[in-house]
Amino acid sequence: MTHWLLVMPVFIPLLTATACAFSFRARALSSVISWSGALANLCIALLLIQQVISQGLQVTAFGDWQAPFGIVFVADLLSASMVLITAIIGVAIVLYSTTDLRSKPFYGIYHSLIHALLAGVMGSFLTGDIFNLYVFFEVMLITSFGLMVLNANKQQVDAAVKYVVLNLISTMVFLLAIGLLYGATGTLNMADLHAKVPLLPDTTMMLISGLFLFGFAIKASAFPVFSWLPASYHHLPSAIVALYAALLTKVGVYALIRVFTIVFDLVDSGYQPLLIVIAGLTMLTGVLGAASQFHIKRILSFHIISQIGYMLMGLAIYTPLAITGAIFYIIHHIIVKANLFLIGGFLQRRQGSDNLRELGGAYRSMPWLALLFLIPAFSLAGFPPLSGFWGKFLVIKASLQTDAYLLAATALFVGLMTIYSMTKIWAEAFWKPLPDNAAAPIPLTRMENCLYIVPIAALAVLTILIGLLVEPIYQLAEVSATNLLNPQPYINAVLGSDSTAYSTLTIPSAPAGGTQP
Amino acid sequence: MSSIIFRTSAHIVTVLMLVFSVYLLLRGHNNPGGGFIAGLIAVIAFALLMLAETPDYVRERLIYPPPAFAGSGVLIALFAGLLPLFFGQPFLSGLWLGKIGSPLLFDVGVYLAVIGSVLMILLNVEEELS
Repeated sequence: MTHWLLVMPVFIPLLTATACAFSFRARALSSVISWSGALANLCIALLLIQQVISQGLQVTAFGDWQAPFGIVFVADLLSASMVLITAIIGVAIVLYSTTDLRSKPFYGIYHSLIHALLAGVMGSFLTGDIFNLYVFFEVMLITSFGLMVLNANKQQVDAAVKYVVLNLISTMVFLLAIGLLYGATGTLNMADLHAKVPLLPDTTMMLISGLFLFGFAIKASAFPVFSWLPASYHHLPSAIVALYAALLTKVGVYALIRVFTIVFDLVDSGYQPLLIVIAGLTMLTGVLGAASQFHIKRILSFHIISQIGYMLMGLAIYTPLAITGAIFYIIHHIIVKANLFLIGGFLQRRQGSDNLRELGGAYRSMPWLALLFLIPAFSLAGFPPLSGFWGKFLVIKASLQTDAYLLAATALFVGLMTIYSMTKIWAEAFWKPLPDNAAAPIPLTRMENCLYIVPIAALAVLTILIGLLVEPIYQLAEVSATNLLNPQPYINAVLGSDSTAYSTLTIPSAPAGGTQP
Repeated sequence: MSSIIFRTSAHIVTVLMLVFSVYLLLRGHNNPGGGFIAGLIAVIAFALLMLAETPDYVRERLIYPPPAFAGSGVLIALFAGLLPLFFGQPFLSGLWLGKIGSPLLFDVGVYLAVIGSVLMILLNVEEELS
């Protein structure tokens, strides 16, 4: 059963992607395949997290080659909950894109690529091997590039080139770091690395972990290297940008959290002060960038960056409470950010633009949509009792406990600025009357409206639920964080209970291996 | 590319290379070779034919469009990985019937996927250019 459950979250999206590619001319058929694939994945994700909660860590070794020699898939609580949240987003996006992308040529190929992207994301969350993580990053990069250039106009290709070049640099640096790490330790299994990395010379460890930090920081769009995100996201179709916003940067954050707890110890690697500065500046630049924008998608894109700062802040403080906060924040953020983009896309579809100057009067024509917008918007800004409040509360409390007052003040200020941006969207798109020069709203059929509203409403309900049922999700995040900071159970599960046999092995050609080219 | 020597020999060489690619595919388990490299050689064979004749000529002889090859290749490879799960073994474990086993099935999947995807790119580029 374990073998099935761990493979299926990657297998089903791949199978669905292939089936959608075969039926790309038949819109109805590919929609049905895509829906059933996404729903099947959700069921598997629920089964997986249930199994992990009841029986602990789940491990499967591909081809029966045991770790540390073969590739393993490991589902701990963090991976399982990330897989579940990805599956939820998958269902929402697939439903939404049924109507949002309906008029586009190659409709089935969109669905095919969406599922392939989901396979890459799921694989990154589940794998316990650092080179395999790179492979799944490549899967994500290639499919997201495909989604960007499908039916692209000149602007979109321009955006896609920026996106791909910067992300390729990131994966190249990541690959370089993996190569150095393998040369120095002779293993790529994360559990095995946990035992061997502390034996490396300090300079080697600092170089390798610095490369990892740089590579993942680009992926996560952290402070000095986030420019690809605002340059590319706002040109994309709404359904696609919601998918990217929800998942892609979060995979980068997840990789940072995973690598800098299990493989390297953040404090030992010496990058903790740097990461604290990065976290603060990421929050600040993101929110200031958003304040100057006047298009819904651009505002929201900049807000992704500022929210990434909160997650990095949780990792940078590096106490159990802070990492709990970071994990809680990721879960909250994926749902809320996807929802905001879906709402922005709906407004854009009705008015033909996402420029706030040409929008207005949405409150009068769609009061229920206004209500649905308020939920994720307030949650993003951190109003109690919505999910964002708890995420912010946890990371800020952790920062106060460790006397990082400046960081806490930055986080609070950024929360305030977030309210400013959300109010701007509210006042311009919903509250003010429709400007005279704006086009009349495009009437949508009942079915289209329904397909737009169902995912938006479902994600809004989830946001409220996370806010109200905060205790179980907090516990889930807390157990995940404890397991990350004290990974002995993880290592025992992956390497078997006789794991001491591996950890006492000396590193091949160490310590000279670290200094040789 | 109007040389008659080239056009005549291309047909013969294409057939030889296709046979060679199948040979590489089959010896791949223990020796240098395998699905990926065999697929590339098969693509080179078709590319030669494409240069000697036209892209349409190659498309006709393939019967199915290249994306169908790529898709079925992925499906076969996925199925080869899935098969051991029914016998209670981890994903991608090798199941053997004498000398033939599921790794060969996986390689055949890779072979078809490589042929389909590379040929799709190649034919489209050639048609765009001419």
